[in-house]
Amino acid sequence: MSRASRRAVIIGASNTRQARTLPGETSGSVTLAATRLALGDAGLDLADVDGLTALPGLDYASGSDAFGYALGLPTFWTGRAVPGPAAVVEAAQAIEWGLCDTVLLAGGQAGLYTDRGSVAPWTRPSHEFIECWGLMTPAEWALSAREYMHRYSVKPERIAYIASVIRNNGSRNPEAVYHGRGPFTPDDILASRMIADPYHLLDCCTTSEGGSAVVLTTAERARDLDRTGVEVLGGGWDSWGPSYTHPPTYDRAATWGRKAGAAAFARAGISRDDVDVFEFYDNFSWEIVRYFEALGYCEAGEGPDFVAEGAIEVGGRYPVVTDGGTMSHSHTGESQRLQRVVQAVRQLRGESAANQVPDARVAVVTVVGEVVLLGV
Amino acid sequence: MPRPSALTRPFWDACRVGRLTVQRCTRCQGYVFVPQEFCRHCRSTTLTWVETAGTGRIVTYTVVWRPQTPAFTAPYVVAVVELDEGYQMISNIVGSDAAGAAVGDRVRVRFVRVSEAVTLPCFELAA
Repeated sequence: MSRASRRAVIIGASNTRQARTLPGETSGSVTLAATRLALGDAGLDLADVDGLTALPGLDYASGSDAFGYALGLPTFWTGRAVPGPAAVVEAAQAIEWGLCDTVLLAGGQAGLYTDRGSVAPWTRPSHEFIECWGLMTPAEWALSAREYMHRYSVKPERIAYIASVIRNNGSRNPEAVYHGRGPFTPDDILASRMIADPYHLLDCCTTSEGGSAVVLTTAERARDLDRTGVEVLGGGWDSWGPSYTHPPTYDRAATWGRKAGAAAFARAGISRDDVDVFEFYDNFSWEIVRYFEALGYCEAGEGPDFVAEGAIEVGGRYPVVTDGGTMSHSHTGESQRLQRVVQAVRQLRGESAANQVPDARVAVVTVVGEVVLLGV
Repeated sequence: MPRPSALTRPFWDACRVGRLTVQRCTRCQGYVFVPQEFCRHCRSTTLTWVETAGTGRIVTYTVVWRPQTPAFTAPYVVAVVELDEGYQMISNIVGSDAAGAAVGDRVRVRFVRVSEAVTLPCFELAA
């Protein structure tokens, strides 16, 4: 097989139903359901799968190995990333190297968040120099946002605007957990109760349950299938150290995705202006500003102006988080990373459940320090 | 509550007797926090524990209204403090005026004993 025909494409991408809770479901059952949907979308069978990156629930140590065994697969390649943008890049590399032909990325969560007196289990960092100060995810991420807003004199309503845009996208999406809850204005965001200053409740992601899966295969194999293959144009991922361990200052957070984004655009051979859809991880509202700055769309401190006045709304030049993201569509602990990829694929196929961007040809997906560029 | 390792036990032992300490490299004089096995600046393995002045300034902070677990009482203030020695640590701002904390404010360490085994190095606004 030539190198060109070994190029990897995304050929299947699906979410299960997402809900605040899915009684009777488990992390394994929703991950399996997503697997079936994505393989069905691709027109492939489980027997075609010879590579796997899976994270049912929060089984970071052995998710891929355990899920592959549970599926009854014989030996299979496994990725090391959490299923999401970096896992797409990793799977594409494995396919192009001939390590495997068809890779399943799958994740999902149900039944893990039961102690509602505490924050969700995936947001309680257990590090010795973190936990004792009462940090959890919103506080951790508020620290860099607060520092940025202080440094560049950004008023809270400019950040609240971002949350209102994303929540309105979700409100229009019949598949979103919080469908029909809008419309929201920036004042609605600011009127919600404070969680970790400067983040109000509606600046933050929600918690819900469900599964998601993506299937990649070779371009050659995809030609025999009935679906539009989405090309993996470029990508990368940056780390500045272990999460929930060291002080999350703005100067550190600002570096996430800079090198990865530069590498992604360089490999894709496209410019920033070629991107039509921006599926950014919206765990907290200010993060959208951080991503535009990290990817080189504007300079540090310019993000609040860059996103303003409709620029990031559907119909604007830089539409973000078009399914409603973690604030409205669904946030399951980890598989929301795959939801960003699923939504990008649906936009590029012209099959978004709502908020379709006309003639979308290129999408960028980011999650924390991970970046992937997808195109049709 | 912190579960000290062999690497971090000296830090918590010092807190119990009211001393804020940090690893310092005897070769390049750099400070290292959180504790690790070699110097982050010059990779030397010659780190020793030294006492700090316990004073610094707030780099950034957040007032938390949704407690991590019921063990915490909201609101409480989490901050990144840059010590005058030049290294950073996460801590809580405590004291009756903690809610008035702002970026750039001067702070000094205030030890809060939470159990027989654990004393936390918190900070309070300096007058």
